[in-house]
Amino acid sequence: MTFINYASREINCKIVYYGPGLCGKTTNLQFIYDSTAPQAKGKLISLATEADRTLFFDFMPLELGTVRGFKTRFHLYTVPGQVFYEASRKLILKGVDGVVFVADSQEERMDANIESLSNLEENLRAYGYELMKLPYVLQLNKRDLPNVIASPDLTAELQRKGEPVIEAVASTGEGVFDTLKAVAKQVLTELRKS
Amino acid sequence: MTNSSIVLRESRYHHIKAMLARLRLDSSARLVVLVDKDGQQIAVHGELGDLDTTSLASLAAGNVAATGGMAKLIGENEFPTLSHEGEKESIHISVIGRVLLLVVFDDRSSLGLVKLRSKQISHELAKTFIEIEQESAAAAADGGALPFTGITDEEIDSLFSPAS
Repeated sequence: MTFINYASREINCKIVYYGPGLCGKTTNLQFIYDSTAPQAKGKLISLATEADRTLFFDFMPLELGTVRGFKTRFHLYTVPGQVFYEASRKLILKGVDGVVFVADSQEERMDANIESLSNLEENLRAYGYELMKLPYVLQLNKRDLPNVIASPDLTAELQRKGEPVIEAVASTGEGVFDTLKAVAKQVLTELRKS
Repeated sequence: MTNSSIVLRESRYHHIKAMLARLRLDSSARLVVLVDKDGQQIAVHGELGDLDTTSLASLAAGNVAATGGMAKLIGENEFPTLSHEGEKESIHISVIGRVLLLVVFDDRSSLGLVKLRSKQISHELAKTFIEIEQESAAAAADGGALPFTGITDEEIDSLFSPAS
């Protein structure tokens, strides 16, 4: 749900990073946080377990710049990827303006990707959203690992609607900003239509 | 958009700020924050200091969402108020339709007083937000009123050149 404030001349949008456990959602946010100038970002909040697994969500506000006199601010969230955090994962999707699905490219995580993607579609539907109509990007993460599935095969399996597909190595930052740009552009383009 | 955007006009914003100022005074609170249920901060009034109200807003929404989820599990629709009492500082949150009214207070006030004053202002806030939602829906229908209507690809691209 976009929030347009004429008094402070701000537009706020919500983007959620979704995907199976350990696919690199938090790493995406961490890289964005580490690479962004202090004046463009707020704090990175991580509600994680003692073992550094996301328990509820990570959150960081990011200001991209000004268009037509309005500051554009994106609130970036991750969901907990582990299957048993289903109840809290669903809560984070409420009011979402755009989704990034972070797929783990490793062969052994293919089933987890498919399960998580189907869970995303189901949870979106519970709020009355359709993945097919939502700004959406597919990120193929961990491309640097040796046992990855070839990108065309992974894309054939996971792409839903011709969405942008971006190869990434979130730990080094490769593809991280391209992914963010791709989803943010779609969100802003949607605002043009509204 | 798939869900309704909120458009907050300046006159509404100032009216809300005035309500928050009144609540803060009446409840002797340190700070009053109005937050959308999705975690967006709408307005804030009081002793800000170096408090990160953006994070506070996001966490408050997460908190309400989590307790709301627990409420549903035990057969309740939601818990309309939440209180967290600390040694020096405390927080009281009221769920009012699609917004959350968050009051931060210390020993200059009391939970009872904050609860009472929050409840007293909740009807006025609820009414205001119903009107804001109606205005937002009308603005969405009449796309010309929104700032990004007709925005060009070049304008969108210009946002990304410094970040890359």
